[in-house]
Amino acid sequence: MNTRTGKAARTGQYAALLCYLLFLALPFLWLVSTAFKPARELGSLHPSWIPENPTLDNFRQAFEEQPLLGAAGNSLTAALCAALITVVIATPMAYVTARHRGRLSRAATGWVVVSQAFPFVLIIIPLFLVLKKLHLINSLAGLILVYVVWSLPFALWMLTGYVRAVPPELEEAAAVDGAGKARTLVSVTAPLLAPGIVATALFAFITAWNEFFFALVLLKTPEKQTLPVVLTHFLGAEGVADLGPLAAAAFLATLPSLVVFALIQRRITGGLAAGAVKD
Amino acid sequence: MTLTGLTASSGRTAPRGRPPGRRRGDPATWFLVLPALIPILILSVGPLLYGIVLAFTDAQSGRTRSTQWVGTLNFQDLLHDTLFWESFRIGLLWAVGVTVPQFVLALGLALLLNARLRMRWLARALAIIPWAMPEVVVGIMWRLIYNPDAGILNETLRDLHLGDGRDWLTGLATALPAVILVGVWAGMPQTTVALLAGLQNTPQELHEAAALDGAGAWRRFRTVTWPAIKPVALAISALNFIWNFNSFALVYVLTAGGPGGRTRLPMLFAYEEAFRYGQFGYAAAMGCVMVAVIAVLLAVHLAGRLKGGEET
Repeated sequence: MNTRTGKAARTGQYAALLCYLLFLALPFLWLVSTAFKPARELGSLHPSWIPENPTLDNFRQAFEEQPLLGAAGNSLTAALCAALITVVIATPMAYVTARHRGRLSRAATGWVVVSQAFPFVLIIIPLFLVLKKLHLINSLAGLILVYVVWSLPFALWMLTGYVRAVPPELEEAAAVDGAGKARTLVSVTAPLLAPGIVATALFAFITAWNEFFFALVLLKTPEKQTLPVVLTHFLGAEGVADLGPLAAAAFLATLPSLVVFALIQRRITGGLAAGAVKD
Repeated sequence: MTLTGLTASSGRTAPRGRPPGRRRGDPATWFLVLPALIPILILSVGPLLYGIVLAFTDAQSGRTRSTQWVGTLNFQDLLHDTLFWESFRIGLLWAVGVTVPQFVLALGLALLLNARLRMRWLARALAIIPWAMPEVVVGIMWRLIYNPDAGILNETLRDLHLGDGRDWLTGLATALPAVILVGVWAGMPQTTVALLAGLQNTPQELHEAAALDGAGAWRRFRTVTWPAIKPVALAISALNFIWNFNSFALVYVLTAGGPGGRTRLPMLFAYEEAFRYGQFGYAAAMGCVMVAVIAVLLAVHLAGRLKGGEET
């Protein structure tokens, strides 16, 4: 009945959506464009969106200027270990908090919420002193410990949701069939939880891969530092930066988390939706 | 499961009637919980308490003399530290300045993504980018955009004849707004996804009924959509506010707190105090003040939320 106003509204909606798409995409496209520009074009007073003579020089130079490979290795080690340890210790606890709605699960939920409000500086000073006593400053092991505790709240939250999605009747049925508690957990619950555990681990992986503050404080020497910390070395003193290699290195550092995130995005948004409903 | 649920809930009202040792001492439960509980206690709760204790000492890095208890001296000093309160004011400005536009923009995008539009998948795919990017890379990327000579922002402004462009991140007046824009960009996807989740739980029939009754778009939003997403909206904006107030990496990379402290968030201030000047006790006191203020703000927010709950 109101086709004309309906059409105008549609056009407005598409125009708005287009603005959003540009706002989301253009900054990243500029990073990519800068990464592939030869030095001459970067020095030009009229920069253009598309490099006229795209080059890989910036990437080569980036690897020459900073220990990127070593840093990526450190990041990978820290993120993999943190993710593995996190899910291994969080899954059993999430199981308990999901199945027994007692004081413990209430405390766990409360802690998950409260831990989001800490300014990290209040935690990192005492941790720094403790890790120093244990000779774990400037070591990946110390950083991994911190990352595990840091990603635990969210991991617990995600995993508790996944456990709730497994019907307890299945476990009861296994118990009726004579399977012990451990047997039930391993052969009935665990396989059903596996996708959720993988998603949680990947999320913990990205969080650790992207983390900067703890790494900045705890890692002192370049050969120990993770990728985000090494990236800031490109900025140099007084903010003078070699734009091309900086963009190239930043672009490379993003790729792993973009790929992993693309894989699990649906699960995270699903988990968020579930969490929002329960709120 | 129902049995343990019953005993757990009755445990509060009639603790004496509980069968002895059924739940609390169940060794299997503890075996499952301890692997996570011990690190939480040692590396999270412990340091938090230790941090509060440190705020009452003169702890410093690299000092041979032993640490002394100084009572509330750090807090008294903080009270007179105009630089700290300036950074606090900037932190609040930044947190509000990011959270509010972020919420409005994210709500708009969530509404668009919830409507049946054609490019939805593209927007969803693109929304991953700011979310998945390391904050350090986001900062670097925007420094490339804001770059006075080689950046695209000034070039675009020149093309549109909107002035000669400027050095956004080092200008006294432009630095904070420039940094806030980056904060909005970086945090929009999470907010959008949370709001979208809320929208998708809105009963579609209500919408259609309201439309049949002749309610316009704005009225439908106010009477149907907003009440449905209000809990999510309040939760996500409270979280965003806290996260933003405590943020570090983004601004550290963009301006390192400059120019002249115009973007020095409380976390940057505390970081410098602790790890550049080694004043652990003093920095811990700053952390305590930040926690206290957040706790008060949250309490006010929750009180408002409960009141809002009575209305609906």
